[in-house]
Amino acid sequence: MAAITLDHIRHAYGPNPASPADYALKEVHHTFEDGAAYALLGPSGCGKTTLLNIISGLVRPSEGRLLFDGQDVTDLSTQGRNIAQVFQFPVVYDTMTVAENLAFPLRNRRVPAGEIKAKVAEVLDMIGLAAMAGKKARGLNADQKQKISLGRGLVRADVAAILFDEPLTVIDPHMKWVLRSQLKQLHRQFGRTMIYVTHDQTEALTFADKVAVMFEGEIVQIGDAAQLFDEPAHTFVGYFIGSPGMNVLPIKVDGRRAVIGGQAVALPAGVKIPAGKTIELGIRPEHLTLGRTGLPIRIDRIEDVGRRRIVRGKLEGLDLVIAAPEDGEVPADPHVQIEAGKVGVFADSWRLGTQP
Amino acid sequence: MKPWNNKAWLFTIPTLVLVAFSAVIPLMTVVNYAFQDTFGNNVFTWVGLDWFRKILHSERFLAALIRNLAFSAIILAIEIPLGVLIALRMPKKGIGVPICLVLMSLPLLVPFNVVGTIWQVFGRNDIGLLGASLKGLGIDYNYVSDPIDAWGTVIAMDVWHWTSLVVLLCYAGLASIPDAYYQAAQIDGASAWAKFRYIQLPKLSRVLTIAVLLRFMDSFMIYTEPFVVTGGGPGNATTFLSIDLVKMAIGEFNIGPAAAMSLVYFLIILLVSWVFYTVMTRHDD
Repeated sequence: MAAITLDHIRHAYGPNPASPADYALKEVHHTFEDGAAYALLGPSGCGKTTLLNIISGLVRPSEGRLLFDGQDVTDLSTQGRNIAQVFQFPVVYDTMTVAENLAFPLRNRRVPAGEIKAKVAEVLDMIGLAAMAGKKARGLNADQKQKISLGRGLVRADVAAILFDEPLTVIDPHMKWVLRSQLKQLHRQFGRTMIYVTHDQTEALTFADKVAVMFEGEIVQIGDAAQLFDEPAHTFVGYFIGSPGMNVLPIKVDGRRAVIGGQAVALPAGVKIPAGKTIELGIRPEHLTLGRTGLPIRIDRIEDVGRRRIVRGKLEGLDLVIAAPEDGEVPADPHVQIEAGKVGVFADSWRLGTQP
Repeated sequence: MKPWNNKAWLFTIPTLVLVAFSAVIPLMTVVNYAFQDTFGNNVFTWVGLDWFRKILHSERFLAALIRNLAFSAIILAIEIPLGVLIALRMPKKGIGVPICLVLMSLPLLVPFNVVGTIWQVFGRNDIGLLGASLKGLGIDYNYVSDPIDAWGTVIAMDVWHWTSLVVLLCYAGLASIPDAYYQAAQIDGASAWAKFRYIQLPKLSRVLTIAVLLRFMDSFMIYTEPFVVTGGGPGNATTFLSIDLVKMAIGEFNIGPAAAMSLVYFLIILLVSWVFYTVMTRHDD
């Protein structure tokens, strides 16, 4: 177990990167605390797997240092770092039994046989495969194989961290729930540092204490579910977290008012608007109320998603999504009201802080 | 129960006709000959199982069979490990890949009789590069008169000709192993040997089954190359089953015994291939 510090890490896959666009991973400077569960969340190609591979040692960063508990491990091999990783597709050693699979990392490290036996039995119980200890691993199904991959990480008492690279991709939907909650439980029980890469916000938010949202090679925000939802630091976070995502409306600033087409709304107090940047307004669909007063809109489509309705419409020609209660009324002449204090202002996609 | 669809047979008729002409009818002709004797003029007499009894008790046949089994065993023992080793050492990316693949394919593209001719000349101790060099080193090498040298030459030729096939099959097998396996093994602290033993070898088991079967069947039927190089000699030292069979059927015009022998030969190949296949795939579910 260890705290993992990413010290000004950058990575480019090609040689001699010239511009920031050449970097698959733009500068990351952050510490993952010891014993916490983190998720790296982002779309495909955002650099989250690159970051994970840098931590595990499969990729050496072009720039910056990696520290485990203050010790520089940038140049250490994967073995030397003592990390465990669970991959997208379950990796098991086909010809070995389940128990042999779990013993493999220990045998390679010349752990005494008695100790291996005790440890393997312990982990078999933990992952619930004790009944299958003697079975050949090739005969198992995907979620059992994925449990073995995880078990090979748990079996080593001294791992610095366990890394997960979209581990539930090939698991059946009903098993995803089971595995995710088991994983969460194992984390609570053993307090290992865990880093979990995924593009699924539900997975990230349920598994992790802190979620790092990545976009185009950088971490745009790290926070818990409430922070990511209420105070997205970047329009991408607003859009990516939440279902449906945040409405982002380009505005013109006129004094203390935001002008959207022919309409005007008051800007939140304490926000200082910088000059020369693209200013946008971010409003969650949950913070909009459909009614007879407020800004006039046009409704294009209403989707009933069970507990509520998703109303898609246009405000001054701009796309707007509203989350309305299921039994709420839809007036013939629809207007929308913005909940005060829930509006974020973004300059060049980054959230502007409020100053008292 | 699946309902029978007799129209499906229509689709298989063209193939059946082709196979009948190319395989079934000739095979049946051989079966026909195996139970009869002839002195020419298209006059045949029924002899029952006589030829089979004779073949199975013939020392000549047994000697050729043992020679052939020994030959197959030796070339499998060399070509399979060597092929795996070369495949493991081949580059995985870059300009080396096409170069290696072309070099590997070259021996496979050479016609069999040309392979024989190449080695026949290569091994001659008066003008051949190999033969003359060995002679120059003071080694008494002569594949025309020395049975050991003849065997060495035929085996070296087969290894040169066919190891590439094993290499290419294994290379394709290795290329299909996802990177995650190697990464997981690295994380688990596996040694190079452990990676080979628990990742590469299990993933290669299927292609190796095919490689062993192909190499066994081909080497057990080998004819052209040793025929060109040694002609089955010196004496009968390199007379394998097929060479013996052709000698009997065409050289001595003993059609009946030759037919019986070819059936026994065919059944041996079938049996050994089946044993190989069963043993090598017994772990598959």
